[in-house]
Amino acid sequence: MTTETHDPIHHHRAPDWLWYVGVPLVATLGWLIYGQLIPMSEWVTALFPVARDSHTGEAIAFFVYDVPKVLLLLTGIVFVTGVLRSWFSPEKTRAILAGKRQIWGYPLAALLGVLTPFCSCSSVPLFIGFVSAGIPLGVTFSFLIAGPMVGPVGLGLLYGLVGWQIATIYLVFGFSIATLSGFVMGRMGLERYLQDWVRDLNAGPTGDLPEARLTLVDRLKIGVEQVREIVGKVWIWVLIGIGIGAAIHGYVPEDMMLRIMGGEAWWSVPAAVTVGVPMYTNAAGVIPIVEALLGKGAALGTTLAFMMSVIALSLPEMIILKQVLTLRLIAIFIAVVAAGILATGYLFNFLL
Amino acid sequence: MKTVKVYGPGCKRCDATEALVKQVASDLGITVEIEKVSDPKSMAMAGVMSTPAVSVDGKMVHAGGLPEAAHLKQWLSA
Repeated sequence: MTTETHDPIHHHRAPDWLWYVGVPLVATLGWLIYGQLIPMSEWVTALFPVARDSHTGEAIAFFVYDVPKVLLLLTGIVFVTGVLRSWFSPEKTRAILAGKRQIWGYPLAALLGVLTPFCSCSSVPLFIGFVSAGIPLGVTFSFLIAGPMVGPVGLGLLYGLVGWQIATIYLVFGFSIATLSGFVMGRMGLERYLQDWVRDLNAGPTGDLPEARLTLVDRLKIGVEQVREIVGKVWIWVLIGIGIGAAIHGYVPEDMMLRIMGGEAWWSVPAAVTVGVPMYTNAAGVIPIVEALLGKGAALGTTLAFMMSVIALSLPEMIILKQVLTLRLIAIFIAVVAAGILATGYLFNFLL
Repeated sequence: MKTVKVYGPGCKRCDATEALVKQVASDLGITVEIEKVSDPKSMAMAGVMSTPAVSVDGKMVHAGGLPEAAHLKQWLSA
C-alpha cells in the first residue's frame, strides 16, 4: 500500500472492490427507480389539492414525473460519457486530425468533437492548438460545432423523453450540419479573418506529457467527478426547463401551439432559430421544453430548429471565441450553422 | 524555490488547482512561487490545449482537469 495516510485531500479514498460493487449497485438501483416513476409521480401529484385533469394538475404531474426522470438520465449519461471520454484527450485528437488532410477530416473531426472531453472555457486554447498544428480551419469548426450539437446529454435525454425516432433524426442531422458547416467554411478561405495575433502565432509544441496510465477505477472516478461537476452545475437549468415544459404542457392550448409552431406558417422555423440563439441554457434544460412542445402538436421541423439553435449556437461561446475570431468570422460561423438548421427545419416541416 | 504556473482561463477548476498547489506546497513545507496564466496567447505559446494545466520550473506536468494531490506532491518534491 502507498503511504497516503497524511493526505488530507484523499481521506475518503475507497478500496477498488468497493467501486466494482458500488457502481453496478447504484446503476441497478437507479434503473429500478426509473421503472417506478409513473406510479411514484402519480402518488405525489395526488397529494396536491387540485383535480388531476385540471390545467394545474397536468402541469404538476409533468413536473414531478420529469424532474426525477431527467436527473436520473442525466446522471447516468454523464457518468458513462465521462468514463468513455477518459480514453480521449484534446492532445490525442489533435494528433489524429493533424495527419488528415483529405475530405475525411470533416466527419472525423465531428466524431471526435463528440468523443473528446473539453469544456467551453478551454475552447480558445484548444482552437489555437488545432489551428497552429496545421489543422484546417474548416475541420476545426466541424469539431467545435459537433461537440455541443450532438452531445451525449442532448441525445440521451431526447431518447428518454421523446423517443428513439426523433433522437436518431437529431443525431443524423446534427452530425451532418457539423460536418457540412465545417466543409463550407473550409472552402471559403477564412484564415484571413482570424485575429491577427492568432494568424502570426507559431505556437510551441504541446508539452509531450507522459500519458497517464489510468486503471478502470481511475476512469470510474472520472465518471463520478464529471457527474458531481456537471449535474451540480446544470440542475438549476433542468428545473427551469422542466418548469417551462410543465407550464406549456398544462396551460398552453393546442390550437394556439399549432398556430405558432405548426408546420403551416413559413416563418415559424426562422422565428424558432431567432428565439433559440440568445437563449442560454443547455441540452438538459431545453429537452423537457421540446418534449412539451411536441406533445402539444408543435411541428417537428420547427421544434428541431429551436432545439438545435439553443444547443449549438450560444452567445457566451461566441463571446469566448471573440478572442481568436474577428466579428466577421463569428458572423459567418453563425450564418452557416443557422442556414443548416433552417434547412433541417424546413425539410421536416415539408416532409411531415 | 520552484516556480509553478497554473494555466487556465479563470474557471472554477483553475482556482481549485491553484488552491491545491498551495496546500500541497505547505504540506510539504516548501515555498513555491505560483503564477496564474490566463491570457490565451501565453497559453498557446506554452502549448496548452486543455485547462487547467500545470508546469513546474518551465516543464509541463499536467493538462486538462484538477490534478491529483499525490501527483502534485511528486512533481513539487522532485
